[in-house]
Amino acid sequence: MSSSTSSQPLVSPAGTARLLWMVLATVAALALLAYLVAFDQGAVSRSGMFLHELMHDGRHLLGVPCH
Amino acid sequence: MPLTTTTTAPPFVTVLVRGLLAGLVAGLLAGVFAYVVGEPHVEAAIAIEEAAAAHAEPAAGGHDHEDALVGRNGQRGGLFLATGLFGAAMGGLLATAYVLLARRRRDHDDGRSGLPLAGAALLGAVVVPFLKYPANPPAVGDPATINQRTVTYLLMVALGLVAVWAGSLGYRAVGSEAPSGLRAAAAVGGFLLVAVVSYVVMPSFQEVPADFPATLLWDFRLASLGTQVVLWTGIGLLFAALMQHGHRRATGAAPTG
Repeated sequence: MSSSTSSQPLVSPAGTARLLWMVLATVAALALLAYLVAFDQGAVSRSGMFLHELMHDGRHLLGVPCH
Repeated sequence: MPLTTTTTAPPFVTVLVRGLLAGLVAGLLAGVFAYVVGEPHVEAAIAIEEAAAAHAEPAAGGHDHEDALVGRNGQRGGLFLATGLFGAAMGGLLATAYVLLARRRRDHDDGRSGLPLAGAALLGAVVVPFLKYPANPPAVGDPATINQRTVTYLLMVALGLVAVWAGSLGYRAVGSEAPSGLRAAAAVGGFLLVAVVSYVVMPSFQEVPADFPATLLWDFRLASLGTQVVLWTGIGLLFAALMQHGHRRATGAAPTG
């Protein structure tokens, strides 16, 4: 019963740089998603107020400022 | 059993997918809670808003709800889209924080620490901002100040997270040989210091109309807070469960399919 084969060392310079970029890209993408759901008023999504209207009840009940 | 293997940390993408999945499911659960508990209060508030608008200026097109881009049924369905997507985003961010913190610890736990992490997020990013800027139903809030309120709200989220971080700093500043009561007091003190200063310094907005029913406001705010509690509890529990399941499979400890 051997341990998992795909174990990678936690700290290696190349791995650290790659992880850093992946983390940055992930955080940026998720922040954009959260922004579109919770705060967009049409300026970023270019959808007018459609997203705002669609997510309206969710915004109120998630507690973010809506209007 | 290799319980103390050095490094079998799953790759970042695996943890991220688990976080996104946990967040999506928790978001849909929060959507169910919000639909059942919160929607009646949203409806009541919109009725008040429309009555006021009809009374004041029938022809003006402010932020009205009936002849809008999305009808009320669409908005009720959009609630689940909003909480699901928002939950997925929060779950992904929690997973990212989990990976970064686990890396700093340079060890690998079985995912249980995802639960206190979700608790910290609930306290810092939800409860602290909620106490300063509680959720408002439709008909409450001046559209002219939406940008200020959005910026100050986001600032308060950041300050709440800083407060939690200050609490953990206080906890670690008191050495582990000190009595646990003292460590807890240092954690609470660090948290309260930042939270209270933020609360006092940040501007307030008093925009509740004088004739808005107080009970409706209270019920709505409780439902809104409950939605976030369901969301973050769900994210924490589901993420920890997924991580533990993956950990058991990786170590081959318990072959549960």
